[in-house]
Amino acid sequence: MQNFESPDFFNLDDVLSEDDRNVRDTVRGFVDSNVMPVILDHYEAGTFPTTIIPKLGELGVLGATLPEEYGCAGMNNIAYGLINQELERGDSGVRSFASVQSALVMYPIYAYGSEEQKKRWLPEMASARAIGCFGLTEPDFGSNPAGMITRAVKDGKEWVINGAKMWITNGNMADVAVVWAKTGGSDDPKSIRGFLVEKGMPGYEVREQKKKASLRASNTSELFFSDVRVPEENMFPKVEGLKGPLGCLTQARYGIAWGALGAAMACFDIAKKYCAERIVFGKPLAGHQTTQHKLAKMLTEITKGQLLAWRLGVLKDQGKMNHFQVSMAKMNNVGIALDVARVAREMLGANGIMLEYHIIRHMCNLESVKTYEGTNDVHSLAIGQSITGLSAFG
Amino acid sequence: MEIIVCIRRAPTTDARIKPAADGKNYDPAGINFDISEYDKFALEAGIELKEKHGGKATVLSLGPSAVSKELRTAIAMGCDAASLLVSDGNHDSWAVASALAAKIKTMPHDLLLFGWNSVDSQSSATGQMVAELLGLACVSVAVALEVKDGVAHVERLASGGNRERVVVKLPAVITCQKGLNKPRQPNMKGLMNAKKTVIDESPANAPADGVTVLRMDPPPPRPAGKIVGKGPEAAKALVGLLRNEAKVI
Repeated sequence: MQNFESPDFFNLDDVLSEDDRNVRDTVRGFVDSNVMPVILDHYEAGTFPTTIIPKLGELGVLGATLPEEYGCAGMNNIAYGLINQELERGDSGVRSFASVQSALVMYPIYAYGSEEQKKRWLPEMASARAIGCFGLTEPDFGSNPAGMITRAVKDGKEWVINGAKMWITNGNMADVAVVWAKTGGSDDPKSIRGFLVEKGMPGYEVREQKKKASLRASNTSELFFSDVRVPEENMFPKVEGLKGPLGCLTQARYGIAWGALGAAMACFDIAKKYCAERIVFGKPLAGHQTTQHKLAKMLTEITKGQLLAWRLGVLKDQGKMNHFQVSMAKMNNVGIALDVARVAREMLGANGIMLEYHIIRHMCNLESVKTYEGTNDVHSLAIGQSITGLSAFG
Repeated sequence: MEIIVCIRRAPTTDARIKPAADGKNYDPAGINFDISEYDKFALEAGIELKEKHGGKATVLSLGPSAVSKELRTAIAMGCDAASLLVSDGNHDSWAVASALAAKIKTMPHDLLLFGWNSVDSQSSATGQMVAELLGLACVSVAVALEVKDGVAHVERLASGGNRERVVVKLPAVITCQKGLNKPRQPNMKGLMNAKKTVIDESPANAPADGVTVLRMDPPPPRPAGKIVGKGPEAAKALVGLLRNEAKVI
């Protein structure tokens, strides 16, 4: 397989700073050296490539936008987006690992946590000495997290948690879980609070969800809480209600909007090179009109997605980004990435289903990425609400 | 120990190099640039020696302002300072070595490190020329390097795949070959630190070239493949050709 050449039809490199390009190229080199040589075997075996975890910590991509005083890199959001793009060019599972650690665990500890929680966890997590997971989704509550059943009841200086969470990335590997639970009645989403549940706490059990046909190189688990007693200092002091977890999801979805482009760009690059070499009816496949039509459509969608992600990053760095814009970017970029992957898969014919050509792996992964962190339907309702001022949820 | 590592900005090793329209240089369109591959071994050696013995590792280059990207990568890897001799022109090895030597004369130096060869011009000359211009000893194609009591202990590749062990009193020039070490990847904190580094820029003032490029021609196209037959007979024909024509078996 030839080295990756990233499509840049509208010269977006010209608007990226030298520092941001350096970050991207560094992570690209890391993925080439550390992810690509092992990813196919892990995907086939259904295991996460754990050997890259300390290397990701050393590289400094975990919680990269958080301040240096907590052991993080203090980077801007364009650089953070490019990190996600490059990691997902390797594999959506690898990007998911980093996204969960950064946006769903380190971010809420930083934004909602006490100073003690930040000092204890952030340097450990930035260096990958500690791994985190995020427990919001439940077996019966995905798109409507307000309905969650998991409860936390105060008992002296402890909270007692009961319930279950499902589809939890990194669950089986995590030293700490950010768990969202209702502290009031079952119909009171305003009582939702965040808790840091630590590995080994009595009553806390984790079971890996196996036999997935997507995100196979990613750890997905169920979390079970049976009278888990959590000290009160493990609760996030600074946030109440659904805006806590939803604030985390906005951060993660921002990363996904960039990450999905990485997978799309990989599929486009592989299909383009394959079609240049594959001879059909006496000439390269790339010389046929049907192929060129497909390539043109793929590149057009990737280019539009790149512009969307870049502009979203600029708005985020300026403090002007809103979650409706994030919904549009996540919905669009994952959608086009899956379309690009499917067309690329078809262009390679039978070879397209072989893991060695990577496209089928990206395609299967993107099926999950399309529905996790908000399905397209949910994101379209968020955008619809922004357009009309009327909520169509429920 | 004061260490200066000289690096060159060059196409990445997977770049498809083709002659430019003027037929005298390669066309930079569509090419990604990076620190020339062998210079990365020099950088790693310089940083490792600084970490072990203390002192300072400075990275030095000659080229357009855009080379600041490669210099910042070197800072992110662990160099302490960066200097750039700014020039937009193409220079031969003599001109580059002259400008580098003039700059190095103004800097404290115990050890000068270079890649043994650049992946684009492939002259394998700059390090040795700088040594000559500064009146220093030079050890080329180093694959192992240690410094003790002001003396560098070097293993270098000699003919026949033999390894030659030499010692050289510092200050000296050493050019570095693959196998010397495993160059580290810069990390995000390093890149953030590099962002804040002020690069010492000054005009290159390179002398006129001694060598003039007349033409750069692409390699001849590969001859078309040959189908020697079908079925078991093809194997027999293929073996015959490999033995008698290609003479590889």
